[in-house]
Amino acid sequence: MAAGVRRRGKVGYLLMVPATLWLLVFFVVPFYSLVATSLFDPSGSDFRGYDMTYHWQNYADVLQAYWRPFLRSIWYAALATLICLVLGYVLAYAIAFKAGRWKNLLLVLVIAPFFTSFLVRTLSWQLILSDHGWVVRSLQFVHLLGPEDRLLATPAAIVAGLAYNFLPFMVLPLFASIDKIDPRLVEASSDLYANPFVGFFKVTWPLSLPGVVSGTLLTFIPAAGDYINAEFLGSTNQRVIGNVIQGQFVDANNAPVAASLSVLLMLIIVAMVLVYVRRAGTEELL
Amino acid sequence: MSLLAENGPQNGPDNAAGTDAGGAASADGLRLAGLTKRYPNGFTAVQGLDLEVPRGSFIALLGPSGCGKTTTLRMVAGLERPTAGTITLAGSDITHAKPHQRPVNTVFQNYALFPHLDIFENVAFGLRRRKVKDVEAQVRDMLDLVELDTQARKRPAQLSGGQQQRVALARALINQPEVLLLDEPLGALDLKLRRSMQLEIKRIQMEVGLTFMHVTHDQEEAMTMADTVAVMNAGVIEQMGAPSELYENPRSTFVANFLGQSNLIEGTVLSRAADVVTVDMHGVQVSVPTARVHTDGDRGWVGIRPEKVLIGGEGEALDAPGNTIPGGVVTDVSFVGVSTLYQVRMPWGQELAVFSQNTGRTRMFRTGERVELSWRPEYAFLLDIHQSAAAGVEQGDDD
Repeated sequence: MAAGVRRRGKVGYLLMVPATLWLLVFFVVPFYSLVATSLFDPSGSDFRGYDMTYHWQNYADVLQAYWRPFLRSIWYAALATLICLVLGYVLAYAIAFKAGRWKNLLLVLVIAPFFTSFLVRTLSWQLILSDHGWVVRSLQFVHLLGPEDRLLATPAAIVAGLAYNFLPFMVLPLFASIDKIDPRLVEASSDLYANPFVGFFKVTWPLSLPGVVSGTLLTFIPAAGDYINAEFLGSTNQRVIGNVIQGQFVDANNAPVAASLSVLLMLIIVAMVLVYVRRAGTEELL
Repeated sequence: MSLLAENGPQNGPDNAAGTDAGGAASADGLRLAGLTKRYPNGFTAVQGLDLEVPRGSFIALLGPSGCGKTTTLRMVAGLERPTAGTITLAGSDITHAKPHQRPVNTVFQNYALFPHLDIFENVAFGLRRRKVKDVEAQVRDMLDLVELDTQARKRPAQLSGGQQQRVALARALINQPEVLLLDEPLGALDLKLRRSMQLEIKRIQMEVGLTFMHVTHDQEEAMTMADTVAVMNAGVIEQMGAPSELYENPRSTFVANFLGQSNLIEGTVLSRAADVVTVDMHGVQVSVPTARVHTDGDRGWVGIRPEKVLIGGEGEALDAPGNTIPGGVVTDVSFVGVSTLYQVRMPWGQELAVFSQNTGRTRMFRTGERVELSWRPEYAFLLDIHQSAAAGVEQGDDD
């Protein structure tokens, strides 16, 4: 590393230009614009224009008005991430260790849903979970659901939709991590008196932590900001923060409120990720 | 090290009885009976293998890659299920026991150290799983034994290959297994380090007195370290015995060629007496002691090690009564320092190898010189003519 610093001359800076430009155009400028918008005077409008009044009050106002959707977003995303982790780990483990020559085919199948649009997939879940669909009917038939109960427009439907839509984001990093584990390490653990259960928690699980951390982040972050699932699978009682932001930007035409909500969501997620990564003790692995 | 000697299973009171009553030794050690491994694709890696390893001995399974030695080891470890046969260890049948239920530990090829644990925790792994008390002190003692006490808090990736090798050894040894399995443990080390680790492992084995089973394709390694060497080929044990016995009296062309180097000369059996067999070798009569004859046929391969062959000028008297073959011509001379390697073309066209110690008592021969070869009859051996004279050649070298 020290040698690299010493050797870095003009060429080094030159090579950094494309990445720096990319970051400037696609991150710094939009982010600056978003933060600026969040401090505009909320009494303005798209037609009249906004005044920059450094209106920090926006943040306090939106937090007070919309703390419930915030919490809902985080709660739904956390549940969906947990479901994805359990399902995804089993799937990734099976593909990495047990699939043999089917490995590549199975990986293609994992990402196959991406060949259709996110919207279409969520809408088809609307059909599957609808009140007269076979899922609800079957569950009513075995009395797991009462005759008046429904799945659509419940938190369960939203969490299920999120888990379905973001599962590949969990499986792929998990697979990458688990696939790298030398099976001889698992053999070594069994040779050293660890039964399969203990061997998993002492060897396989810790070695797959990088995949667990990146998988949960890749699932949780987009799931927390998602509003399509809540829009199509939930009701007005399950509005998440994404619905609110979308409503403020598009319907209410209140850009400063929407922008301050967006910045807040971003800050909350960054704070949670930092705590999570530090707790997982995987800074070095990221 | 003293710690191990005190607690080692070999010092139990039952052991003394075991060594006294010869037959009881088998109930004490490791016994493989009719062990067979056939893979679903039809490949038979190990075929009806019978092997008895007395407790406290150091056995090497030696053979080229694909001979079934590693599969045998993995079946003993429980990492591979035998298709047929039984494995008995210390009197109990462990053929179908799970790996974590066997009192067996393995030093894996390329070590398989846990990358996420430090050296201390790697070594402590087996003790912690068995909920042994006093882990701290035992690990410290073990790290002392392998001279890694200062590295306890490092990760495996921070150690050199030789140090990782010692960690792998310590991690297995600390559990005082009934059998310690070593799967090509020195394969990844350079030659110099490998030589010193061979002696190191041998020293540790003698100190702790545990049973060691070592798998290798390196004949020198097997002969240096083990009390008993089992030469394996194509899923079966070709021959087993003390290194010197195998080397001096090989029973098959494979062993003759794989273990060192041999001259094999076709011959016809003329007569079989009680203690000596006379063979006609392209018109020259040589004799072979009956104990070293391993064929019943009319013909056979007369075998002789290159260093047992004496070389002399035509008509020169050599200290080898009995077997003298005239009419050789030196075709190649390579001077190695301690010895000289000659290639000598015999009248029947075959080239024989001769190692001559550079003692200074004999002169050097030059290419093209006519020479006579001879050897003492007690060094020759006679092998089955149906075996290939090239079996085991070249395979003895490193991969």
